[in-house]
Amino acid sequence: MKHIISMLIENESGALSRVSGLFSARGYNIHALTVAPTEDDSLSRLTLVTSGTSQEVEQIVKHLNRLIDVVKVLDLTEGLHIERELMLIKLSTTGDTRDEYKRLVDIFRGDIVDVTATTYTVQMVGKSAKLDAFIDVIDPGLILETVRSGTVGVMRGEKCLQI
Amino acid sequence: MEMTGAQILIHYLEDEGVEHLWGYPGGAVLPIYDALDTDAKNLSHILVRHEQAAVHAADGYARSTGKPGVVLVTSGPGATNAVTGIATAYMDSIPLVCITGQVPTGMIGLDAFQEIDTVGVTRPIVKHNFLVKNVDELASTLKKAFYLATTGRPGPVVIDIPKDVQNAKSTYAFPQEVEMRSYLPITKGHGGQIKKAVEMMLSAKKPVLYTGGGVILGDASDELIELTRKLGFPITQTLMGLGAFPASDNLSVGMLGMHGTYEANLTMHNSDLIIAIGARFDDRVTGNLEKFCPDAKIIHVDIDPASISKNVLVDIPIVGPVKQVLTEMLRVLERTELSMDQAALDDWWSQIEDWRATNCLRYDSTGAKIKPQAAVEAVWKSTDGKAYVSSDVGQHQMFAAQYYPFDKPRRWLNSGGLGTMGFGLPAAMGAQMAFPDETVVCITGEGSIQMNIQELSTCLQYGLSVKIICLNNGFLGMVRQWQEFFYERRYSMSYMDSLPDFVKLAESYGHVGIRIDDPKTLQAQLDEVFSEKYKNRLVFVDIITDQQENVYPMIPAGAGLNEMILV
Ligand SMILES: Cc1ncc(C[n+]2csc(CCOP(=O)(O)OP(=O)(O)O)c2C)c(N)n1
Ligand SMILES: [Mg+2]
Repeated sequence: MKHIISMLIENESGALSRVSGLFSARGYNIHALTVAPTEDDSLSRLTLVTSGTSQEVEQIVKHLNRLIDVVKVLDLTEGLHIERELMLIKLSTTGDTRDEYKRLVDIFRGDIVDVTATTYTVQMVGKSAKLDAFIDVIDPGLILETVRSGTVGVMRGEKCLQI
Repeated sequence: MEMTGAQILIHYLEDEGVEHLWGYPGGAVLPIYDALDTDAKNLSHILVRHEQAAVHAADGYARSTGKPGVVLVTSGPGATNAVTGIATAYMDSIPLVCITGQVPTGMIGLDAFQEIDTVGVTRPIVKHNFLVKNVDELASTLKKAFYLATTGRPGPVVIDIPKDVQNAKSTYAFPQEVEMRSYLPITKGHGGQIKKAVEMMLSAKKPVLYTGGGVILGDASDELIELTRKLGFPITQTLMGLGAFPASDNLSVGMLGMHGTYEANLTMHNSDLIIAIGARFDDRVTGNLEKFCPDAKIIHVDIDPASISKNVLVDIPIVGPVKQVLTEMLRVLERTELSMDQAALDDWWSQIEDWRATNCLRYDSTGAKIKPQAAVEAVWKSTDGKAYVSSDVGQHQMFAAQYYPFDKPRRWLNSGGLGTMGFGLPAAMGAQMAFPDETVVCITGEGSIQMNIQELSTCLQYGLSVKIICLNNGFLGMVRQWQEFFYERRYSMSYMDSLPDFVKLAESYGHVGIRIDDPKTLQAQLDEVFSEKYKNRLVFVDIITDQQENVYPMIPAGAGLNEMILV
């Protein structure tokens, strides 16, 4: 099963490589990883998506906790949570496809953020599965470029990941 | 007080109470070596002949004393030479602080002379590492390093110090406190879990204690002895755990695992409850996981949550320091109204005694050649079983573990996790430095000893009177054994050709060399080696042993603990 693991790490050079190094050394996979500073200068928030049995993921969380630069770890998938991913996708659009794609983008509640005579650049936010679904309905031959931010998320309600 | 980074380091180490610094100089640590010359008062530096040996020696010091070992090496090749030593300590959770020099901060990343990314190279083999970029942070970083190395599950910590940071000035005061928000070692096991565990222990019919190096690292030998004797349960120890419980006690069924005793492995396999304490279900212990102890419930006590349910799922996990958890178990036992099924335990013991009666460690000692087992037994006799014994890796290591029973912790120094050939001699040096008046033995093979033989020179310089027992079988014996069993006796590259004359070699290093090749004189010659006569000399004993001898019992790869090959 897919798990979204969210953590606060020391905002120090090397902290990220300790996390990614752990995954490669122990043979765990990373589907997506995103990291950026928080309102607290000394901390970064890192979110990664991995998969495995619940036993495997429990082991991953234990190993992450063992890293000195990892301050706090939470498996978001264990509770109710909100997850979002941002995608920019550049489509080759000429002739009749332009109208059709405009409609599709609306249905998926995306925005066309850049237009040329031959291209649309679409911005879309949502669960990763929704972004996948959008990609699935586009003729692959017309996709020029896809860039996705990786998933970020928070717990629903008052529960927070903080120190 | 205002001083340079290099001086701060030396003053810090003295204030931390470090006695010995094992190292080797080079360009990127020259300021530190200079400060050692000008500022050190009590700190003694031991100049090794290879950085790997510096780390193993600090490691041997740490294993034998329980105090952290400290190492100083230069950048680039100094650091990479130290890597095997660091990895060895990491795999066995040994507290070490390794200080490496680095090129000046302004040159980092420019492929400068003797630059390597030490923090990057050592990252997967340390508990933590630091690159110190600002001299103002040096003392607090050192404090963190010692704190991390010695608390929780211990391990090696590397501090990389660029040369300009060594030269820069700052004010120094020994930091009294250390706080790290992301590192809070566990100090207590869960009371409820401990109670549940004790109840499960008392209701077991075929229990066994399975204990490992964690008991020694956690200084919990006394508590383990008390608990085991109170319960009257059989106890088996891992290669890393030997000595935590006295081997001479009848409750001990010996070492378990690949070359463990018949009784230990069958007791494990047939048990209904395993109480694992400071052990980590290593593959050399469990054999084939699918066949592992089918009827057993498992209680697992460990300081590291990540060790629990890693290889084998457990029923009652208890995360905490072994010493505290065992003390609490004893307290609960004291108060409980539950009692054991003594009849069931008696039956269990009579079954175990039957297994023990196979006498699985017997060997034929009637031949004209010296059996390696006999050599180790003779060393045990000559030293009254009281020596500090390091080993290298191979058949001789297993013979040492099997035929030199230990009654005390911290006497057996052995690279169990990484299995590093070349560990033995420098580790023995570390123990000898810590205990100058004790007998320290290095049981090695003619293959392994050549991996750090240059340290004979260090031993002469510092008067380290280690007794080297080289079980010379002319083979990379453990490799040969596997080739005999699993590769149809194709002995590819396992014969040791062109061996040096170890007696002459020892003599040329200024030591005593003795050869033993006759079983009839074995004991007498060894008695002399360990007599007053050589008390202050390093003696290299080259014992010519039976080349074809194998280590038994053995559990072949893929087999279960009940599928041992006996002789
Ligand atoms: C550094 C290193 N290289 C290779 C090995 C693999 N290895 C394990 S035992 C062994 C043979 C050791 O030979 P020797 O020291 O003569 O001991 P013996 O088995 O003959 O007693 C080898 C090569 C190892 N453990 N460590
Ligand atoms: Mg050999």
